[in-house]
Amino acid sequence: MKGIKKNRAWLLVIPFYFYTIIFVILPLAYMILLSFLRRAEIWGVTKEFTLDNYKNIFEPVYLNTFVESLKLALLCTTFIVFLGYPFGYFMAKLSEKWKNRVVTLLMIPFWTSALIRMYGWIIIFRSNGLMDRFFMAIHLTEKPLRLLYTYPAVVVGMIYALLPFMILSVYSSVEKLDWSLIEAARDLGASSVHAFFTITLKLTMPGLLSGIVLTFIPSMGLFFVADILGGNKIVLVGNLIQEQLMKARNWPFAAALSVVLTILTSLILTLYRKVAKVRELEGLF
Amino acid sequence: MKAPVCDKEIGKTGEIVLIEEVVLELRKIEKRFKENSVLKGISLKVEKGEFITFLGSSGCGKTTTLRIIAGLETPDSGEVFINGICVNQLAPEKRNVNTVFQNYALFPHMNVFENIAYGLKIKKLEKKEIQRKVTDALELIQLGGYEKRIPSELSGGQKQRVAIARAIVNNPQVLLLDEPLGALDLQLRRQMQLELKKLQKQLGITFIYITHDQEEAINMSNRIVIMRDGRLEQIGTPDEIYNHPETSYVAQFVGNANILKGKIHRIEEEFLEAKLAGEVTKLILSDTKNLTKEVGSPIVLAIRSEVVEFSQEKKENSLSAIVLEKSFAGGMLRMVLQLSDGSELIASRHGIDAPYEPGEQIYCYWKPEQAVIVKET
Repeated sequence: MKGIKKNRAWLLVIPFYFYTIIFVILPLAYMILLSFLRRAEIWGVTKEFTLDNYKNIFEPVYLNTFVESLKLALLCTTFIVFLGYPFGYFMAKLSEKWKNRVVTLLMIPFWTSALIRMYGWIIIFRSNGLMDRFFMAIHLTEKPLRLLYTYPAVVVGMIYALLPFMILSVYSSVEKLDWSLIEAARDLGASSVHAFFTITLKLTMPGLLSGIVLTFIPSMGLFFVADILGGNKIVLVGNLIQEQLMKARNWPFAAALSVVLTILTSLILTLYRKVAKVRELEGLF
Repeated sequence: MKAPVCDKEIGKTGEIVLIEEVVLELRKIEKRFKENSVLKGISLKVEKGEFITFLGSSGCGKTTTLRIIAGLETPDSGEVFINGICVNQLAPEKRNVNTVFQNYALFPHMNVFENIAYGLKIKKLEKKEIQRKVTDALELIQLGGYEKRIPSELSGGQKQRVAIARAIVNNPQVLLLDEPLGALDLQLRRQMQLELKKLQKQLGITFIYITHDQEEAINMSNRIVIMRDGRLEQIGTPDEIYNHPETSYVAQFVGNANILKGKIHRIEEEFLEAKLAGEVTKLILSDTKNLTKEVGSPIVLAIRSEVVEFSQEKKENSLSAIVLEKSFAGGMLRMVLQLSDGSELIASRHGIDAPYEPGEQIYCYWKPEQAVIVKET
């Protein structure tokens, strides 16, 4: 009896392997394969092996896209840290009733397509849009600001799209905090500020770091935000991949860019694991 | 919430009241949480070097009192004085008291050394000084060489010691201990009781200790404060509390005493006779003069189970009883007796030999001086 049971245990993990192979391993392998092939004249690829696609990335115009993407991601993540940490922190201190309400409010936008929500920002940002009219009504500005299709508009859109991830991961970390530790710190002579930096921040660091990972990585790839709010002026790695794939029809180059982005992302995740000393991302996994 | 302002006459912040010996004073402390009144006027003076225990069942307000002294909770009214200075307006970090928390509250991301050094680093002591003090503290709690361990690697008893070291290393005027041994097993608890008492004598720091365990309170304290329902029921030495309880609650809570109700039958110079369960029993009183009661007025007696004796024949001062139950626990034989008016009385004695079986008619008695007149509460 026991022997039979033991022998059949592996059957239980078949669905897991099946899904992983179909939806993760095969597409990834296909992408890596594509990245080493030469593009065909009109459509698709030829069976010729080449490293040109990777060499291409090092051309200044493309390399610059990576640098710009990283810069934007860094800028957005910085804003998100300073907006999201206090939000998540104070949210965790709310009464049970209000916590649930705020979580619901945070989740509601996710029921609408992110694309549609970005179009909402157009209405706000466009010349003589909601924001311009408001600022002019309170006499903050005289002329329309023409914010749409500018760098700040993209930054605001990115922050808007990714802030909830930071809030939720900080929230779940602060929620778990043992408040008697802060009392102990105060009791031992720490001011509330000192106690925050030596105890609260240190112990909620996993949440903060996972929030950073969850916002930094997508902000390099959210091409539609740069597309919709930045016009064609701001080109991120995500935009580049999309353009190469959909417009230029250069599948191998798009694949090579994707591989590099994937490697970059894995490096960030590895770094996170080293720093946070945990395997799972806090809050969402 | 804002703490009540100190009394202008006596306790202005910064003004020193010239009673050197009193290290801590509570004056009419009141506290309510929403509708629930937790403390209903706590007043107490604690002398320097005292080991004082707050004893009471859970929910009596003892932890709240401790938190108010530490500054982690603000009283609705009343004042807290430390060394004659009103500290109502002082934040917890400005008070020279330290707390040993019930759940230890060791910082999980710091090792033992960093935990103990936390308060010293804030005081900006020199590195060498910190090193020396932490090492000394670790020697004191017999955990020398444990500097690099992190709290999750320590046993419950070791965590407790580190929590104590972390507090005493700051040389507080008053050390507050909130059921520090509550999570330890019985044997370790007994050992730690002795060690804590020794430590307190050695350091000369005033200890304010919270427990719901009467044995712990009696073993360790100079004085015991019995708390009940937000009030102080009785304050006294372990002997006073155990042998001379003022109220039936104290008698039951500390001495597991039987409470018998009766009427005064006769009052004489040196003794008093009470009618219990329709029978007359004699009590010896050292102070019948102070007794304000008259013949015929009701009286409540506390009689600890171990002073109750029994025999088959009727004796002087004995009450007739029926054995209801017999059980053996913790080296003690415990018998439940029923008096003729239906009230129950518990008698206990060492050993297991009791010649009486349930249902048997016997007589129980006690020495006249061993019954204590208490207030009924």
